Amino acid sequence: MSASSTIETAVRVETKRQPLPPRERLEQVFDIQDLTAIYGSKPALKNVSMEIYKNLVTAVIGPSGCGKSTFIRCFNRMNDLVPSFHQTGTIRYHGQDIGGKDVDPVAVRRTIGMVFQRPNPFPKSIYDNVAWGLRVLGMKDNMSERIERALTQAALWDEVKDRLKASALGLSGGQQQRLCIARAIAVEPDVVLMDEPASALDPIATQKIEQLLHELKEEYTFVIVTHNMQQAARVADMTAFFSISRGDEGERWGELIEYDETEKIFTAPSDRRTEDYVTGRFG
Amino acid sequence: MSAAEMHSLQRPHDRLRRRRLVNLGMELLAWLAAAAAVFILGVVVWSVAKKGASALSLDLFTKAQVSPGGFLPNVHGGLANAFVGTLVVVGLATLMALPLGILIAIYVNEFAPRAIKSAVGLTLDVLAGVPAIVIGIFVFSLIVVAQGQSAYAGAFALSVLMLPFVARTTIEVLALVPNSLREAGLGVGAPRWRTTLGIVLPQTIGGILTSAVLAVARVAGETAPLLYTCSLAQQGTHWDPSLPLQTIPVAIFELSDQPDATSQALAWAGALVLIIFILLLSLGARWLATRSRRKIAGASR
Amino acid sequence: MTSLDVTPDSARRPFSGRRARFGDLILQGAAALAALYALVLVGLIVWKVIDGARLSISTFGLSFVWSTTWDPVKEVFGAGTFLYGTAVTSFGALILATPIALGIALFLTELAPRGIRGPVTALVETLAAIPSVVIGLWGIFVLGPVLRDHVNPALHSVLGFIPLFGPPGTYASNMFTAIIVLTIMILPIIASISRELFLSVPTELKEGALGLGTTRWEMIRGVVFPYSRGGVAAAVILGFGRAIGEAIAVAQVIGAFTGINISLFHPASTLGANIALNAQGASSGLETSSLIYCALILLVFSIIVNLLAQWIVRRTARRQGLAQ
Repeated sequence: MSASSTIETAVRVETKRQPLPPRERLEQVFDIQDLTAIYGSKPALKNVSMEIYKNLVTAVIGPSGCGKSTFIRCFNRMNDLVPSFHQTGTIRYHGQDIGGKDVDPVAVRRTIGMVFQRPNPFPKSIYDNVAWGLRVLGMKDNMSERIERALTQAALWDEVKDRLKASALGLSGGQQQRLCIARAIAVEPDVVLMDEPASALDPIATQKIEQLLHELKEEYTFVIVTHNMQQAARVADMTAFFSISRGDEGERWGELIEYDETEKIFTAPSDRRTEDYVTGRFG
Repeated sequence: MSAAEMHSLQRPHDRLRRRRLVNLGMELLAWLAAAAAVFILGVVVWSVAKKGASALSLDLFTKAQVSPGGFLPNVHGGLANAFVGTLVVVGLATLMALPLGILIAIYVNEFAPRAIKSAVGLTLDVLAGVPAIVIGIFVFSLIVVAQGQSAYAGAFALSVLMLPFVARTTIEVLALVPNSLREAGLGVGAPRWRTTLGIVLPQTIGGILTSAVLAVARVAGETAPLLYTCSLAQQGTHWDPSLPLQTIPVAIFELSDQPDATSQALAWAGALVLIIFILLLSLGARWLATRSRRKIAGASR
Repeated sequence: MTSLDVTPDSARRPFSGRRARFGDLILQGAAALAALYALVLVGLIVWKVIDGARLSISTFGLSFVWSTTWDPVKEVFGAGTFLYGTAVTSFGALILATPIALGIALFLTELAPRGIRGPVTALVETLAAIPSVVIGLWGIFVLGPVLRDHVNPALHSVLGFIPLFGPPGTYASNMFTAIIVLTIMILPIIASISRELFLSVPTELKEGALGLGTTRWEMIRGVVFPYSRGGVAAAVILGFGRAIGEAIAVAQVIGAFTGINISLFHPASTLGANIALNAQGASSGLETSSLIYCALILLVFSIIVNLLAQWIVRRTARRQGLAQ
């Protein structure tokens, strides 16, 4: 069986996917216009334009080095932490330009949360991992309820409810990542960005996290970077395919090749390069 | 929370403005702390430069201290005897400490079993924590009580100060040599001692040299170990290590206490020369370190 | 192969044999002896210092520690004044230096623009390289007068209700000057160790905190400080050890007063300063032995402090290791 038909099966059978309403009727969360991201003098991404829609899981796929991580880190201004970084173009979040001069990155990250590639719980207790953010951000009311709710939403509550004071570092990798998800959603973001959240986890842990995405997208909007096409096929409603373009002098940068409903990307892609990638002919 | 509240980048209960102010305040304090350190350094160097430069002259380097009646104050002349004395004492101390420090490092890194390794490491750390003045008292009690002061005693005291530093840094440099090199040497059939001396050690020459220069820089300015071991110098410039020789730090220490301007000027001049000497050594060490790092990086390519 | 091999053993394996083993023995022996020398040295130091203090110990016993008399004429000696002075100057310097050093370390790791980091780090390390006798010289003629003429009166007028900040007096050499001098001297140690600790905090931990929408300071307080808590404690203790052992600069600026006065603006003395100042004036065997008794007290304290710092480092390393 060819790779493409395997994915077709994954898309059609494994997810009971309902067709999406037409794009005009979807609510836009992000509107990206002509985004170009540069480190020093080397562009990582060029001229990306697309939208992210509310309460959907949007996957960003593509070969290594195509700028996927850089891309989603633009959404919560995490790239600001790298001194050589600067970007042109705009990203509008519900109409507001998040790169604007009067916009505080701290406020952006409050609303647009992030889960990272390798689980990075704080060296504190399980309880404090979730509680710390709440305390700092002034959400101290009903603390224990908030924490229980976040851990439940992250499908971790039953496993840790008897040992909330134990160190978070004693949890397994998959549990730690779910704790990081709980930590992120406890502060009530609107969007949750995920940079290859399951790449460091075993298949069972990965499956639990993918299950979470299905359940949680009713409340949050997810943008997830993944190098695993099957994962994108399983969890994502919309998929954006990035690839590497080369310049005349050997420079490389990432570009958005195609962005569409997941089913279409994997079964009937419009661009030849997309087809090559999803059928496994390269990358 | 309403949809509008959710979507705005401003949330209630956030106290964002206050938190931003606290953040700014803390950042300002950190900047101030760094500025304070740089400012203090600047003031000290500036004072020494200004007051020392006015007393700089050729006499400083050619004439010995002349204390009228053999006692302070009103010292004039120069510090030639102190310069010579420092060279002798520090030179002897380096000769005592460097080979021993290297041997200790070789033992710890190449031969010692784990338990002994940590015991020696602990010893070096304890040794490094003994105050310089106590080391001076130790050498006083050990040698000077019986045989009187001498440059040898002073050098020995300084060498005790240098030993842990030289040993520790040489251990670090030796640890950087990849095991593959040792295995290569042993692989062609060379015995341990030839591998260590002929292959491993040459790789570390740069690092050892750097640490030696840094140790000298540190010890050249030490006064406390010399007070009880090598401070009762006779007038005139001498080289004989069996005598207590005058040294720059001790000279500064004695002169800084004097009420008259000539003695004080001499103290500042001595301080200026000392600082310049130490700074040159430190810069030299840094240059050596960069050069040996580049060599190692080039060799491993 | 059936050809005869007639090469002698020594030619085939030139490095083997008695010569090699002998060489190994020499090197290993010499190196082991050197290590032994270090061990013996520590024991020798303890023994010889106790030995030198023996006369004073047998004369005054333990009461030496709290007696505040230091009278060469009556031949009665006690380290009480100096213990008090050592404690006040060292703790005072620690209280002042720690926040400033932590601020410097934070500046160098989190806040400074890339270009400034290297030079400022080098400058802070240069401060550590200045010999204590030079800082003391500067303290006598530059810092002391400035404090006496401008700072001390101001402090007295604002905080004079606290006995610590008594009338400024005419002395430029006093406990307060010594505290400031010591602060300057221990600043670089605490700052450079803290800086390395802060640098070792994993970036992913910091990103995890910032990703929640916290400010930089909140991230530092919630992640950087707790992570490096043990190491910073050890650094502070090491700074304290340096402060109690510093003899020269303190001797130059503290005024050499034997007796306890609560005001910081009054001359005082410390264990180290006392030993340094009497180097060339000890008039009797008992006085010399008493000076060595002071050195013994210093030795005991500095070994305790050193071991404490090491224990803390080992404990935090173990805890972090387990947690991983």
